[in-house]
Amino acid sequence: MKSSVKESVLNIDNLVKSYGSVKALDGVSFQVRAGEFLALLGPNGAGKTTLFQLLTGLFVADEGKILVMGQDIRHNVVNVLAKIGVVFQQPTLDLDLTVRANLNFHARLHGMRGSKARQRISEELERLGILDSADQVCRSLSGGNRRKVELARALLHEPRILLMDEATVGLDPASRRMLVDYVYELCVTRDLAVVWTTHLVDETERARQVVVLHKGHVLARGTPAELLAHTGEKNMTDAFLSLTGNSSGESEINIQQVK
Amino acid sequence: MTGGHALRALLAVTSREVVKFWHQKGRLLSALVRPALWLVVFAAGFQNVFGVSIIPPYETYIEYQVYIVPGLLGMVLLFNGMQSSLAMVYDREMGIMRLLLTAPLPRWFLLFGKLVAGTFLSVLQAYAFLALCAVFKVDIPWSGWLYAFPVLLLGGLMLGSLGLLLSVYVKQLENFAGTMNFVIFPMFFMSTALYPLWKLQESGAEWVYQLARFNPFAHAVELIRFALYGQFNLQSFWVVLIALGIFFLLAVRGYDPQRGFVKRVKRPG
Repeated sequence: MKSSVKESVLNIDNLVKSYGSVKALDGVSFQVRAGEFLALLGPNGAGKTTLFQLLTGLFVADEGKILVMGQDIRHNVVNVLAKIGVVFQQPTLDLDLTVRANLNFHARLHGMRGSKARQRISEELERLGILDSADQVCRSLSGGNRRKVELARALLHEPRILLMDEATVGLDPASRRMLVDYVYELCVTRDLAVVWTTHLVDETERARQVVVLHKGHVLARGTPAELLAHTGEKNMTDAFLSLTGNSSGESEINIQQVK
Repeated sequence: MTGGHALRALLAVTSREVVKFWHQKGRLLSALVRPALWLVVFAAGFQNVFGVSIIPPYETYIEYQVYIVPGLLGMVLLFNGMQSSLAMVYDREMGIMRLLLTAPLPRWFLLFGKLVAGTFLSVLQAYAFLALCAVFKVDIPWSGWLYAFPVLLLGGLMLGSLGLLLSVYVKQLENFAGTMNFVIFPMFFMSTALYPLWKLQESGAEWVYQLARFNPFAHAVELIRFALYGQFNLQSFWVVLIALGIFFLLAVRGYDPQRGFVKRVKRPG
């Protein structure tokens, strides 16, 4: 026994979402436990963004369930959102406001008091090493630092689940590395469950669980080692290509996680 | 949602709008120049063309300038309501809307926060215009400043929720010019802002007259006109209040994740 098995904080069960005749998601299921990094790997158009919109309550699934710490998002969206931190693919900073003002806006939306908000903002910025920039206007920040501010913002209200949607798109290699490392570390230090969507295979190599999404279907699910073993490839890139390349998107390969 | 949480969020949304407005000095300027032009130039040109007879709430003959002040106050509210709608569309394109809608608060409350924030700016601009009227020595009773407050607020909320509703359907910023043509101008001209209703009827433009009678903007203008003289127009009050309710409910419906934004296709069975 390595460690006691933790309860899953995010339970996704058989999600279906269509836009007209196009099925953006077709029966997607997975679970994430506290402290676990789940990489959602898929090419563009795989359904990652749709899944994100469902997870953040922006849209409602046609079928299936999303349970966050046992609560159904359909019935308790407000409670659920309080437990989730999100970094969207598209930047969502108000570029004309300072870093602090952006974070403060978020803190107030989450109902934090002034003193608590100030304290939390400083803590998160300090850990990310950008406290010096707190009073700068966001427009003056580099792309990497803007993303850090968005990450700090997503963590302000101490969520149990962190959702990162293609968070490294457009970043330089150093910033990308830093962001990935930082989030991996968060899983350990804060027991945070992370859902990290990406189309960059190298970001998934240290994940506890990789879910390969393709045309709205889960093609494969397991640890990186299991995916390698299953496909018979030597690295994750080849494994990913072999999974998405020769599939029609019909058959689901199940690699259950070793418990 | 606790009371404290709701209040903090409301203040956050409102102060963000105010700060943004403060940064855009040009916006206040254009919000004042537009009605000022009407007041000074248009009213001067038409002073002798329109003879305004004595109609309630006026007790004597009045200058045309005095007649159009309530209409121009309405115009300030109308333009700012549309501007808020534009800001919603802009926020949606910039992704900031997503951030707002993923806050742990009921969606109707977040939209209400946006509405309150926009209305606050509307009322602020309306008072700035009233001050301008005083500078131009347009004869508006000082007590009217006080009486106008609740109706400016109500009118601002109604036109703001119309803007909110439009933001559901205006998908892109570029379409805003179309909104101007199809919403602002008809609402403004088919109203009592520039001429009393009987003028429309007298001129034989029956259908314009009928439309104007049911135009909520016209009722907002009348509500303001009466309030400036310490009187209360009950009929207009109800029309504005009901329009506010309908527009806001439809806007909330439009932003509902199950119905709005993207048309939901019915599943078979």
